[in-house]
Amino acid sequence: MKHFDVIVIGGGHAGTEAAGAAARMGAQVALITLLRTSIGVMSCNPAIGGLGKGHLVREIDALDGLMGRVADKAGIQFRLLNRRKGPAVRGPRAQTDRKLYREAMLLEMERLDNLDIIEGEVSGLLTDMDRISGVTLADGAEIKGKTVVLTAGTFLNGKIHIGDVSHPGGRMGDRPSVRLAAMLLDFGLKTGRLKTGTPPRLDGRTIDWSGLEVQAGDENPVMFSFLNKTPVARQIVCGITHTNEKTHDIVRENLSRSAMYGGTIEGVGPRYCPSIEDKVVRFADKTSHQVFLEPEGLDDDTIYPNGISSSLPVDVQESYVRSIRGLGAVKILQPAYAIEYDYFDPRNLLPTLAVKSHSGLYFAGQINGTTGYEEAAGQGLIAGLNAASEALGGEAIHFSRTQSYLGVMIDDLVTHGVTEPYRMFTSRAEFRLSLRMDNADQRLTERGKEIGCVSNERFKQFEAKRAQLDQGTEILGQKFLTPFEIQNLGIKISSDGVRRSALTILSYPDASIEKIESCCPDFAALDADIKQQIFCDSLYLPFQRRQDADAADLRRDEAVTIPEGFAFSGLPGLSNELVEKLSRARPATIAQAGRIEGVTPAALLLILAQLRKIQKLKAAS
Amino acid sequence: MDTIYALASASGKAGVAVLRLSGPLAFEAVGALCGELPEVRKAGLRRLFWEGVELDQALVLLFEAGASFTGERVVELHLHGSVAVVNAVLRALSVQDGLRLARPGEFTRRALENGNLDLAQVEGLADLIDSETEAQRRQALRVLSGAIGRKVDGWRQRLIRAGALLEATIDFVDEDVPVDVGPEVRSLLGGLLDELRHELTGASVAERIRDGFEVAILGAPNVGKSTLLNSLAGREAAITSDVAGTTRDIIEVRMDLGGLAVTLLDTAGLRETKDRVEEIGIARAIARAEAADIRVFLREKDATLDPFGVNLMPDDLIVVSKIDLGTAEGLAISAKTGMGIDQLIAEITARLVKRASGAGTIVRERQRMALVAAIESMNLALEELETAGRVEVAAERLRSATWALDALVGRVGVEDLLGEIFASFCIGK
Repeated sequence: MKHFDVIVIGGGHAGTEAAGAAARMGAQVALITLLRTSIGVMSCNPAIGGLGKGHLVREIDALDGLMGRVADKAGIQFRLLNRRKGPAVRGPRAQTDRKLYREAMLLEMERLDNLDIIEGEVSGLLTDMDRISGVTLADGAEIKGKTVVLTAGTFLNGKIHIGDVSHPGGRMGDRPSVRLAAMLLDFGLKTGRLKTGTPPRLDGRTIDWSGLEVQAGDENPVMFSFLNKTPVARQIVCGITHTNEKTHDIVRENLSRSAMYGGTIEGVGPRYCPSIEDKVVRFADKTSHQVFLEPEGLDDDTIYPNGISSSLPVDVQESYVRSIRGLGAVKILQPAYAIEYDYFDPRNLLPTLAVKSHSGLYFAGQINGTTGYEEAAGQGLIAGLNAASEALGGEAIHFSRTQSYLGVMIDDLVTHGVTEPYRMFTSRAEFRLSLRMDNADQRLTERGKEIGCVSNERFKQFEAKRAQLDQGTEILGQKFLTPFEIQNLGIKISSDGVRRSALTILSYPDASIEKIESCCPDFAALDADIKQQIFCDSLYLPFQRRQDADAADLRRDEAVTIPEGFAFSGLPGLSNELVEKLSRARPATIAQAGRIEGVTPAALLLILAQLRKIQKLKAAS
Repeated sequence: MDTIYALASASGKAGVAVLRLSGPLAFEAVGALCGELPEVRKAGLRRLFWEGVELDQALVLLFEAGASFTGERVVELHLHGSVAVVNAVLRALSVQDGLRLARPGEFTRRALENGNLDLAQVEGLADLIDSETEAQRRQALRVLSGAIGRKVDGWRQRLIRAGALLEATIDFVDEDVPVDVGPEVRSLLGGLLDELRHELTGASVAERIRDGFEVAILGAPNVGKSTLLNSLAGREAAITSDVAGTTRDIIEVRMDLGGLAVTLLDTAGLRETKDRVEEIGIARAIARAEAADIRVFLREKDATLDPFGVNLMPDDLIVVSKIDLGTAEGLAISAKTGMGIDQLIAEITARLVKRASGAGTIVRERQRMALVAAIESMNLALEELETAGRVEVAAERLRSATWALDALVGRVGVEDLLGEIFASFCIGK
């Protein structure tokens, strides 16, 4: 029997990223998946990235992860969202070819020497005392591993609804996964129930594209990976159409037949991804909603109509879809459906994504109540790094909120848990102005090198870029201009006789790269993306100090740890509600405690006072 | 943990003086003085002895740990209110091992650390204890009852709404959100700024209620300012003589007018002088008078009023003095006979009560600073929206503003922001 360091269960976006990260760390990795061909499957919409999500992909790439490179290979339409807004809130997004994505991801897995892909179904976990020591497969085979990462998606109690018809979904119908689920529930892990929906898939050949609005990709596509410059695959356009009063009437008349509104669904759905039923009911005054017609691949006629997910019966789906312009004669290839599933409360987890109660076991992806490929991949990365580090005798690897969207996501999950499927937004990051897509490598690649997950090749490229950035910053820092010269560039400034460096001038509201270039040929000679990043850095310089101070505050709070088993119930000043919340969340630091909903500064003070008292007692004894 | 003790009532001669002990040795320490202890929470009359000498006959009251003000074992000794008795008992406690005199605020601090009070209650409690007048008491109680929290909640909600509008245009750019949220954000912020500025104005009045209003008595030398002060104070606070320029320094007398704390200021008479000391006194008088809430100008009948460079404000009072020497129109007094004094007090009180009615909810400097910070951030956000239009920077400013308001109550979660977005727009393509 082969002994592995890390066993990853599941070959989705969390699983592949976890396996890849563990392998880069030098661990012997087993990736167990039902089918080799299901590795890297995009089960929902055919797109990667977006706002917040694109930031996550950039960060994964900065740590030498897979998603960015694979999405670049499979991308068939690239758009930089918020291009006209400030660089801190721009996010790369791409329509992707499902097949190209799957193939590219499988290739990434196959080229890793220390990774074995095992086809099979996990039916249970092996334990050694209170440690996880491996898995058993449905055929009775046992695979030993020092740590196990579970990325099983929506396998737990999945139920698919199409109108009034429902049947068990996911892999719940199969007996082996029932045994695994039962075992996990026996561990005493808390669960919750969520739902999500998909739109019907349409046959593109039956759509009347004439007269429909078209959305093209960017002229100068921005890639996900810091290693790539241009798309590989042929580029396509998406169509845009709209629902109308008739569509809404049909939906309204049939609400009682919707699984969601007929009361058969109990799970909580995401607010940001409402079904067409939700849209019609909650925003009754709107007479039209946008529908994006997204091709699923270059040699695939399937169209993903983004914006009209539903759980209405098939016949109603047909009539509401056909009421939409351009879709009058459309053929539905696969009906829309809603899926309900259980997730494990991520407050069961440490910030490494290890299960608190059972060492050696990690959870990542949708199983933790998140939605989205990027969120899953980000967790896979964190879990994979930590599972490998633990197996190889290393330290826990943490990412702070002050440093990355990855840190924001993990902290949100393990501190707050989820009440709806968790999705990343830029507004979740309080240090948004410094956590930009353009500087993800500057923030994380060196850290990745220390951790051991970044290849020499990438690091060399990173160092070259950093040298160029340093050079550019130095050039601008040493170039001084008089107010007269600055005014000549078309930048407003008072004639106070004070000479200013070009670097300072770059942060002025009406400054631009072009204006600075015109007076500084050495700067003009640099690569465009180097200039761009120096510009971005200078743009938010005035906010840097405040954000740095806030970040320092946060790090200080993060350093005040609350010991395992700290008795919140022993603090008479706390309300019962807070005691219960804190006892359940078991925050590891004062910073985490402060982010729990309802925790007031006064409550934090009580906890701090108690911690000081414990310390004093310890010091005395 | 030391056992601490201190006099809990005001020092000085009184009917009863209360001495309080808190800590693990509180019962033993008192036991050493009175022998057999009374039952917990039952007052017992005991004779206190130390080294064979009887100190006093006292009421002894015991509180068990977990059921006391500090959360620790507490004993209250109700002694006869004599300075000598209190000192004797304090001395007897001070020589016992493990006991020490409490530092200022230490009982309350222990209550806080043991979770018997929260921070807001401590703040409110401090104000309540400090309150001398009815208006102060009402204000402190209003803070205790959470009036600030309720107001801030309302402001926060609108600030979050403005933030959510901006965030929606950032995070949901491909979705059906309004393209230009600028007008609504600007009008939300504009209205909110008006209210916050109004509150800030009220804050200074509220601070006056806390710290007291100032009323300055001004006038030419020997016009009777000090006599008036003494008459109002009911005691000889200032030296009076018929020598002009007797008062050099500013003399303060605190009193309660219509429930408001008021400090009366007697100042040096205003005149040209070659005397260095008197000159300094006059400069001080002018400076303090300018800062005071109301100025009372005294003049003798038939004398013209020379304010000596002090600006006359609408609420200021001009009073004819020494009316016992003749008659006059308008407000006129005789500090000697008391004639017109009641009317003067009524006039001053009416003016102050009117001002106090404009008091805001914000009382403390800490709270005022938070308001100022919020206003500043909101102004910067508006500026950003109106000029460069960097929405992410404006959003950052609003975040700072929200944090500043949160410093008054609790903290904002991003969930609040998202909640507002999802309730308002149809997000989801």
